[in-house]
Amino acid sequence: MSEENFQGYKKEALETLKKYNAHVWDNAEIDTTRGHFSGKILPRAENTDSKHIVVKVITGYNIGIDVDTITDIKSHAVPQPKFQIPEKEFPYTKGFPHVKLLGTGGTIASRLDYRTGAVIPAFSPGELYGAVPELADICNLDTEKIFAVFSENMSPKEYIALANKIGEEAKNGIDGIVIGHGTDTLAHTATALTYMCQNLPMPVILVGSQRSSDRPSSDAALNLMHAMTAAGHGDIAEVLVCMFGPTSDEYGFLHRGTRVRKMHSSYRSTFRTIGDTPVATVNRKDGVCPIKEEYNHRRKHGERKVELITNLEDYKASIARNDHNTMRLVPTFDDRVAILYYYPGMKPDVVESLIERGYKGIVWNGTGLGHVNKGMFDVIQKATEAGIHQYMSVQTIWGYTHMFVYDTGRDLMARGIIPASNMLAESAYIKLGWALGLTHDREEVKKLMLTPINSEITPREPYNGYLVYQGGTPEVEEFIKKVHK
Amino acid sequence: MLIKFIFLYFPIIFCRFSYFFRSYIKEFCTFGSQKVENLQLIKSLINKLIINIVNKINPQENYESSQKAIGYVSRKEARQSDYDRIGFTSGLEVHQQLKTDHKLFCRCSAGVFQKPEQYDAELFRHMRPTLSEMGEYDGTALMEFKTKKNIIYRIDNKTACTYDVDDTPPFPINPQALQYALEVALASKLNIVGEVHITRKQYLDGSIPAGFQRTAILGIEGEIPLKNKKVRLIQLSIEEDACREVSDIGHTRVYRTDRLGMPLIETVTYPEMVNPDELKEACDYIRFLNRSTGRVRTGIGAGREDVNVSCTGGTRIEIKGVAHTKWIPELSHVECFRQWALLAIKDQLNKRTDKNTWACKAIELNPKDFNFYYTPIVEAIKRGEKLYAVNLPHFAGMLSHFTQPGRPFYDEFAGRLKVIACLEKPNMATNEDLDDVVSSHIFDKIQQLLNAGENDAQILFWAPEADVPTALEVIEERAKMAFDGVPKETRKSMPDGTTIFERVLPGADRMYPDTDSAPIPLENDYIEQLRKNIPEAVADRYKQMVEWHIPTDTYNYIFTHNYYPLIKKIATELDMCPKYIGVFFGQKLKYLHGQYKNIPFDVNRIYDLFAYLKAQNIDKSIAYNMLKVMFEHPEKDFEGILKTLDFKRINKEEVVKQIPSLQQAFSPARKDTTNTDKINSIMGRLRNISLGNICLNELSQEISKH
Repeated sequence: MSEENFQGYKKEALETLKKYNAHVWDNAEIDTTRGHFSGKILPRAENTDSKHIVVKVITGYNIGIDVDTITDIKSHAVPQPKFQIPEKEFPYTKGFPHVKLLGTGGTIASRLDYRTGAVIPAFSPGELYGAVPELADICNLDTEKIFAVFSENMSPKEYIALANKIGEEAKNGIDGIVIGHGTDTLAHTATALTYMCQNLPMPVILVGSQRSSDRPSSDAALNLMHAMTAAGHGDIAEVLVCMFGPTSDEYGFLHRGTRVRKMHSSYRSTFRTIGDTPVATVNRKDGVCPIKEEYNHRRKHGERKVELITNLEDYKASIARNDHNTMRLVPTFDDRVAILYYYPGMKPDVVESLIERGYKGIVWNGTGLGHVNKGMFDVIQKATEAGIHQYMSVQTIWGYTHMFVYDTGRDLMARGIIPASNMLAESAYIKLGWALGLTHDREEVKKLMLTPINSEITPREPYNGYLVYQGGTPEVEEFIKKVHK
Repeated sequence: MLIKFIFLYFPIIFCRFSYFFRSYIKEFCTFGSQKVENLQLIKSLINKLIINIVNKINPQENYESSQKAIGYVSRKEARQSDYDRIGFTSGLEVHQQLKTDHKLFCRCSAGVFQKPEQYDAELFRHMRPTLSEMGEYDGTALMEFKTKKNIIYRIDNKTACTYDVDDTPPFPINPQALQYALEVALASKLNIVGEVHITRKQYLDGSIPAGFQRTAILGIEGEIPLKNKKVRLIQLSIEEDACREVSDIGHTRVYRTDRLGMPLIETVTYPEMVNPDELKEACDYIRFLNRSTGRVRTGIGAGREDVNVSCTGGTRIEIKGVAHTKWIPELSHVECFRQWALLAIKDQLNKRTDKNTWACKAIELNPKDFNFYYTPIVEAIKRGEKLYAVNLPHFAGMLSHFTQPGRPFYDEFAGRLKVIACLEKPNMATNEDLDDVVSSHIFDKIQQLLNAGENDAQILFWAPEADVPTALEVIEERAKMAFDGVPKETRKSMPDGTTIFERVLPGADRMYPDTDSAPIPLENDYIEQLRKNIPEAVADRYKQMVEWHIPTDTYNYIFTHNYYPLIKKIATELDMCPKYIGVFFGQKLKYLHGQYKNIPFDVNRIYDLFAYLKAQNIDKSIAYNMLKVMFEHPEKDFEGILKTLDFKRINKEEVVKQIPSLQQAFSPARKDTTNTDKINSIMGRLRNISLGNICLNELSQEISKH
């Protein structure tokens, strides 16, 4: 007997199966003190208890049977079913843009994994075409799985690998790149790629889904179609996040990677541009419709040049040259950076431990205009003296740091904290890691940090950049009723 | 005059004659079997001749004769032998909402409803088919996708939250709902599972915003006793209810989300019912059983049944969402014969031609070439829709073939065009329509354009250009299915007992384990604790009521409202005659319920009423009059009610004392007056003062004694 036959079963349940010589996938007749049950024995999800056996009954439902109640099992083996997503060859259409889909492990199309009870992504062009045939009406598609990690396991190592891949594809003349990504840290990756891949010749669109594609109401297919449209046909050659605009199946937003944030744990329309409007909307009928007038345009003609930069001198030289046709690939990162979310009662030892462990950067997430309490002053001073670069962002999410308004702000700046303007904490964290990958010179890091690459700091906040309406008031309710949410 | 006669009536007469002539030949052919070959030739020649001259089938006559040919009988006339002949087999899925405070997987209130136009927000979705855990697409799923429906959900803030619209994962299952459902499962004598696994059952019609219903089996393999047999139960599951449809026009379907997510149980029987009455009996039993637990919601929409029917050689057809059990017998009867008719069509078609080489031909018509008067077509042309004619080779006489009362075979095409191609009815006409909406001259022309043969039939449909390919596919697909008999589908019930196409029958492929929720173990102690709450079986209650001599015509009402426990409680705790209490509920209360339909009434007050009468030593003869006042003035206490009735306490002897004088005063109105008349007259005179003071039976006996 191979081990597979008891997939997921432990202790009592495993012993019971062994005792009656029953295995996973067997058709079984089970007598229990609660009556008779018959069906197919299924694998058990790993993190569940060891007291039940899972059976799929004839009507397609699954049930669990308590092993303590089992008095007999009669079973016979049947061939194990094979699970696969129907694969069809992705059709090639002459004249359509070429888009490359890079996989990181997000679920665009998926099937179920019995072992974990979770879903497994489908990925090859054939599989995707089988699941979302409309893609063939948008572009010619090629795919490559870079790695398979869950969104929360993405790290600087993966950012660098992705950036290098984008550089390679840009050089090869691809018309657009789509990156499938889990949504939890999608914004972190988007902001990292913005710093690492500058002056892009073509769009790089990050896309995910809030409802896995094993659900009929999934947003995955529509997000993917929107992303492919933006990558293949859109004119905005930036790192953008493409996700649902409203929760309705109507249009997607294209958000700048540096200003976007996941704002709801489960909503489809969870991604919002903070402190500004999104760059554009995208839908299947009208394609990409820019909201913002200024953006980096796609370079349709000319040679695709990519300059690999790994130190500050080269970077500064490249910026000075300002060669319109050259993409800057800057895949650097120093991961000794932390975000500290200030809370009342925070103790200095938190910072002490970062100093001790050799951290090089701290992004503070302070209250209000950018504050922490007095008790932290000394340790902040100490961190600065230890060579740690410290920047201040705001917990309020929206708005700028204004550290001259109150004494506290001034005291903090005097101790080495630099206000990061209206950079989102996550954006500031990634940028600091990226900048420290180029240099540790205090002034140079500061210059890098405060010189926006693509809207991570904006000079002004438009009136419609802050929109958090409260339900319940007549005017808001009237608005909600009028438009699809 | 003569000319008019010839032009108007000759075709009709000839047509009738041709039918007569053909049937004559048919008889002749069967009579002399040796000469069949020659006769076949003659027959076909004559047939051709007739068709060439007339080239028409009389749809009404064809419909009637085909109805007769398959041996259709109305339900009133049908005997068990009729059902045995066609192999009537039927099973049930009985749904009943649970009386919980909240919905099943979120904390929204259950049982608060919104009006169609009452909503705070709308959202818009599409449904896409997904792969099953076996890696297959479900047939229904693909069909629903083909329809490209725009689904709009109307959300009322009071009744739906972000879970309902699939923007928040499920919260842990409502423990109250689980408990109630388990109680019903135990009462249904099912084997209770050891661990509850939430499963997703896909629905792509949009009735659930997630595209699937969360559902779980609680018990399997039970049984219910009917009068003459036992019917086995397959399973009982707990599930969330779906949205209510507001409208479904063209490509847009609108739902409201109030009912969505309310906890529901579904009891499924094996297909063991062999006639419509048995089916209803089983359904009533399950309903009464559900109600006997006191844990279920009642009223409009709280209980719904899916009826599965098949005939010999047919297939399991599911009639969905039957709201009234009284419709079940007629629906199942008609459905079984519909399948029988489709099998007759299958036989004829396969005799005529080979399915594998069969193909239909379609052409677009230029409206300018025709003179259409039929309003739907005229309006479709005005809207710029396309007009298509489809030739169905060898389908002559099939389109007008009987399938259901008032619905010939072509209705099957119209139903699918509505659902799959989103074409609002009327969406087509045929050359065999029972009501000639498009004249035969037009079809003559169409037949020429299509180069149609004598054995062919034609469908004419109109549709927006974008829907034409789907419509053509639908027609061809349904026509091909006719060669195989009965297509697997779910059907929607109509009040007249007929059904229309609803969806392709979904397979087991649409079941998916719910990855958002963990399995819920059901400990033995918990189950045994619940077992103690289980009421006696409905069958035992039935037996007890018979023993109590409660008239059987009251049982339906008593079980429907689950009054048995209260009747029993009053009879035992207040030591009253169970028959009297049974009649009081089953007749008196029922009458007043009908009279005061919309007045909320707490039936537990009936117990208080009898307890009060007993405590006050007032005779129960006044109870009914008091009950009436309880309905009219729910705020009054019993003393107040008695005051309203102008009740005065009089000694029993006082009443009896009046009998002799009344007897003397009795003057018969008729010659042949009996003693009963006399008693009744005196009873009438004494009735008002007697109520509450003396039992009327006793009074009657007293009068007889005098």
